[in-house]
Amino acid sequence: MTAGRAWVFGDDIDTDIITPGRYNLGTNPDDLKKACFIEHRPDFAKTVRPGDYIVAGRSFGIGSSRESAALSPKLLGVRAILARSFGRIYFRNCVNLGIPPLQGDTSRIRDGDELEVDVATGLVRNVTRAEEYPFRPLGGFVQAVLAEGGLAPYVRKHRRLAP
Amino acid sequence: MPFASRILGAEPGEIVVRPVDLVYAHDATAPLAIKAFREMGFDRVFDPSKVLFFFDHVYPAPTPKAAELHREVREFAAEQGIRVVEGQGISHQLLAESDVVRPGQVVVGGDSHTVTLGARGVLAMGMGSTDIAVAMGLGETWLTVPESLRIELRGRFAPAVVAKDLALAVCGTLGVEGGNFKSVEYVGEAHRLNLADRLTLCNLGAEVGAKNAVVTDEPGPGAEFTFDLSALEPQLAVHPRVDTVKPVSDVEGLEVDQVYLGTCTNGRIEDMRQFDAILAGRPVATRTLCTPASATVMRQMADEGILSRFVAAGVTIQSPGCGACLGRHHGVLGDGEVCVATGSRNFVGRMGSPKAEIYLSSPYTAAAAAVTGKVTDPRRLLARPKEVPA
Repeated sequence: MTAGRAWVFGDDIDTDIITPGRYNLGTNPDDLKKACFIEHRPDFAKTVRPGDYIVAGRSFGIGSSRESAALSPKLLGVRAILARSFGRIYFRNCVNLGIPPLQGDTSRIRDGDELEVDVATGLVRNVTRAEEYPFRPLGGFVQAVLAEGGLAPYVRKHRRLAP
Repeated sequence: MPFASRILGAEPGEIVVRPVDLVYAHDATAPLAIKAFREMGFDRVFDPSKVLFFFDHVYPAPTPKAAELHREVREFAAEQGIRVVEGQGISHQLLAESDVVRPGQVVVGGDSHTVTLGARGVLAMGMGSTDIAVAMGLGETWLTVPESLRIELRGRFAPAVVAKDLALAVCGTLGVEGGNFKSVEYVGEAHRLNLADRLTLCNLGAEVGAKNAVVTDEPGPGAEFTFDLSALEPQLAVHPRVDTVKPVSDVEGLEVDQVYLGTCTNGRIEDMRQFDAILAGRPVATRTLCTPASATVMRQMADEGILSRFVAAGVTIQSPGCGACLGRHHGVLGDGEVCVATGSRNFVGRMGSPKAEIYLSSPYTAAAAAVTGKVTDPRRLLARPKEVPA
């Protein structure tokens, strides 16, 4: 398992912060990538690398149902999102797009730490600090969707929803 | 059995797959849903009569790009036989006014405020575009049966205190995650509330994370929260959190650059009447915008003379839809501006500049700010109705 960099955000990062509504995003992947944290953290979209992790506090992704807020990190290659808690629709959008949303105590993770994440067990290893944190394991159906890479490939393969 | 469990026929915590009676999306969420629909390999929607698209978020198109997205959605809809409702107002409001939705149905919408339709006894849930695509293709959705979170209402509202003040007080008490993944159920004196009040209450369920919201008298678990309506004052959600809620009287005097009346939270005829009652013939003292939630609301405003009184007072009237709420058109805020809005969200940058401030209120409180140019307790203005010409 290769490690990825932690990009640490605080509490209450709503969907208007992740992809502001007024950019009227369509479906163009380049537009979606550029918009990610465009005002809150302009360096993010330019320097995040595939395999990195978003790490946040409480209520990550509260607000709008807009899928751009989960799709833009996905397109940038974010491997998983770790947060103390998630907005309901955002959590679901992450699963549907194949980005594991893992819930747990993120308080010891600092920006730039190198992490290894085992999605199946929820175990997060902080390589930089030589620490391990148990995150809440995801349920069976959610794991099955993530294993296919998201709900679109899952439905493409199974042609039905089978929890 | 609590509301959601009864409709889904399963216990809280169970993951179930259920048919949907209606799936809808709007001009901001349909394009990604259509893309996902195609990626899943679907050719046809499960039943075109159970799929609806609404153009409400960015309508009429303010940019060529928005026009292009509208065109793409229209083309897909024509190919599939799906009805597109353009410019008639906000999806949730149009459905609330219609007989398309009926109690006991399962409805999924590509918008977080789909929960609004819980006011009509529908299990209505907001979802992202991929979920909408699955529902369009398979005619079903998966979900975890939510636990009930019951809120009991007692007493009656005092003058100039309305459902929005209660909804804001609920946000302040529960917090933005207080109802996360839950079925938020209003019980007790809630049964006295009219449809407009119920729609406003259920609408703000989205801001506490509710999976669905409803007004119900079905048996269920005991109430976790109780609100005494008679003790409630006009409330304000202070920028930039919907759960930082204070009595308006604590914030009085703050200068206001823009007042915004509208949205799926408070763009109904009842809201227009409340605003009109405070204006009572006075001109507005600051920039004031009004977006009726639907064309029907706008027609009623015309029939009741509200439209001409608003225009005479200096209110800018806009075409029905989501208007300025999402910061794309129809009244975008500039740096440092302060807005009192009747909407549901006051996140940083929601209505334009990230340096603008948004305060959420009832239509009464918004009108009081419009008349005085400052945050003002509306009870001051309603208390002297005879001093102003009718």
